[in-house]
Amino acid sequence: MTHRHDRTLKVGELARVEGEGALYVRVRGGDVAEVRLDIYEPPRFFEAFLRGRAHTEPPDITARICGICPVAYQTSACLAIEEACGATVDGPLRDLRRLLYCGEWIESHALHVYLLHAPDFLGYHGAVELARDHRDIVERGLRLKKAGNTLMEVLGGRAIHPVNVRVGGFYRVPARAELAPLAEMLRRALDDALDTVRWAAGFEFPDFVHDHEYLALSADRYPIEGGDLRSGAGRAFPAAAFEDHITEEQVPHSTALHARFTDGGTYLTGPLARYSLNRHLLSPLALEAAAGAGLGAECRNPFRSVLVRAVEIVYAVDEALRLIAGYEPPDRPAVPVEPRAGTGHGVSEAPRGVLYHRYDLDADGLITAARIVPPTSQNQTAIEDDLRRFVAARLHLDDAELTRRCEQAIRNYDPCISCSTHFLDLTVERT
Amino acid sequence: MAPTLAVWKFASCDGCQLTLLDCEDELLALAGRVEIAHFLEASGAVGEGPYDVSLVEGSITTPADLDRIRHVRAVSRTLITIGACATAGGVQALRNFADVREFASVVYARPEYIATLAESTPIAAHVPVDFELHGCPIDRRQLLEVLSAHLTGRRPDVPAHSVCFECKSRGNVCVMVAHGTPCLGPVTHAGCGAICPAYGRGCYGCFGPSPAWDGARPNTRALLPWLDMTEDETRRVLSTFNVAAFREAAVPEGPGDDAPA
Ligand code: SF4
Ligand code: SF4
Repeated sequence: MTHRHDRTLKVGELARVEGEGALYVRVRGGDVAEVRLDIYEPPRFFEAFLRGRAHTEPPDITARICGICPVAYQTSACLAIEEACGATVDGPLRDLRRLLYCGEWIESHALHVYLLHAPDFLGYHGAVELARDHRDIVERGLRLKKAGNTLMEVLGGRAIHPVNVRVGGFYRVPARAELAPLAEMLRRALDDALDTVRWAAGFEFPDFVHDHEYLALSADRYPIEGGDLRSGAGRAFPAAAFEDHITEEQVPHSTALHARFTDGGTYLTGPLARYSLNRHLLSPLALEAAAGAGLGAECRNPFRSVLVRAVEIVYAVDEALRLIAGYEPPDRPAVPVEPRAGTGHGVSEAPRGVLYHRYDLDADGLITAARIVPPTSQNQTAIEDDLRRFVAARLHLDDAELTRRCEQAIRNYDPCISCSTHFLDLTVERT
Repeated sequence: MAPTLAVWKFASCDGCQLTLLDCEDELLALAGRVEIAHFLEASGAVGEGPYDVSLVEGSITTPADLDRIRHVRAVSRTLITIGACATAGGVQALRNFADVREFASVVYARPEYIATLAESTPIAAHVPVDFELHGCPIDRRQLLEVLSAHLTGRRPDVPAHSVCFECKSRGNVCVMVAHGTPCLGPVTHAGCGAICPAYGRGCYGCFGPSPAWDGARPNTRALLPWLDMTEDETRRVLSTFNVAAFREAAVPEGPGDDAPA
């Protein structure tokens, strides 16, 4: 019998997640005594060294927090500084920002769906192993990923840490003719994206639902490059009130801070929350794909997040095509953002969820304080809660199998540990 | 047997190792030529060392990582560092010019839980490195060139001249001459293909100082006034992703009162 009353499981180095983390589970007297997602990614102290920097610098500097979602960092940083300086980026410049961000969603989601998450459902160690049996599938994923990257390369100069983003807009905006080949590539990507949804719909999803409150942005379009915050329980507040509603606490096992609502509630942000709160804003094609894959009005099974990501790829490709079709080059690449003393807040929907930035500026535009709250640290409490329940229902499994399932469960949330340090190692302790 | 490849991460943003996964057209072919034996971001399968080629991303910032990098060196025949974090300490090396305890107290309520070293240091400060590939992030084509060169036992074709050369070959208009835009291109290591000037922006030095200026520090300093920036602006532009390397190249006296914050 594999069932033991007291045991410990440890996964010291989680694979197929972004960054360095570990899982630790301790079972005592047949009950789950402790579940910890340890984030031992070394801290890099961005908020500290942003002090004294010019108001023009955060987009480039904070991009380096995460190589998987630099555009999210650049966008939230720009929004916060623009708010502090009383500038607004709207119209075609805002659309261009959204188009660049679509590229990051496509790239990041394709990476997660194909290279990080799908191997769990299909019983492979990774995509290279998967490709030995199903080369065409992995090639499709890589094509999609490349489409996202190409979009970022054309608009941003490169896919990782784009150089063309600045406070107020861009350094240079593309001519219509530069976007035409992108449209052609994206039309092919749309077929790949729809095939991805159909393929993922055939995966086997463990029975598991969570009941966390959802938090996502809300805007007049499916939320990507900005908006106000809204929760499933009816909370609604602008970026400027983020810190009134959400607090971060430090726990000993983690270089990531854990966020919760100030009234104590835990919440979940990311694709499941975005989809469940904003489904009505998806494009007809993305909605149809979602319905075809069996996704209802809301989705509360974290394992099905792979499906939601696939639907969001369809949406992002579709939306990018729409934005390109309607593109007229803005008359200037950026609006002026003159420094002044003040505080600004910015939120955008990183592929993994809400990303919040706040900057305090002095009269010369130098930063006196900075605060960054990435999606993974907001989700960490909910992830640990879910894991506790997940493990409790599966204590009959042997250590190896339970560990494997826990790792898969963690990947549901696509934790980005690089982001969260100020932020993962699986250890299940059953002594 | 196919040569084995390992990828290791230290303090970093994952961007440089992601560059390997961003080789969408070459990845599966590469996986056919080498055995990717250790790459946690891509696979749960961990093959036994020693490894023929190790790619190391990130800088050394914690006591535990000091031990880990020695282990990585011990199990690697060839060790290649990738990116500004690994070659120069990265943007997190800004702590080297400040008080890291104070930094920790700004970010964490209980800084005593945080294990960190006072300095963020490049890999070569701790173990011998066989090749350094620059950039924040590294360039995809250069990564493929370095990998195939090491696999076939030839020298990688990675020129050490400045970004200016790449502007000329790309046909960029010089942003400094034409628009008076301050640009670090003349002192920055080539490799990106002169992306920023192609987008109407001055180079901000993300590939670090060009070794062409080694032993010619006055040249780097002589250029700086020409950039038409205030002293504070100059200091800031040199104090980002390669802060430690640029300081060595451009600041004659050691770090001190001119720390960025
Ligand atoms: S060098 Fe730049 S891109 Fe590479 S890991 Fe470091 S911060 Fe990321
Ligand atoms: S031009 Fe300079 S800052 Fe821009 S990508 Fe190249 S090396 Fe980096």
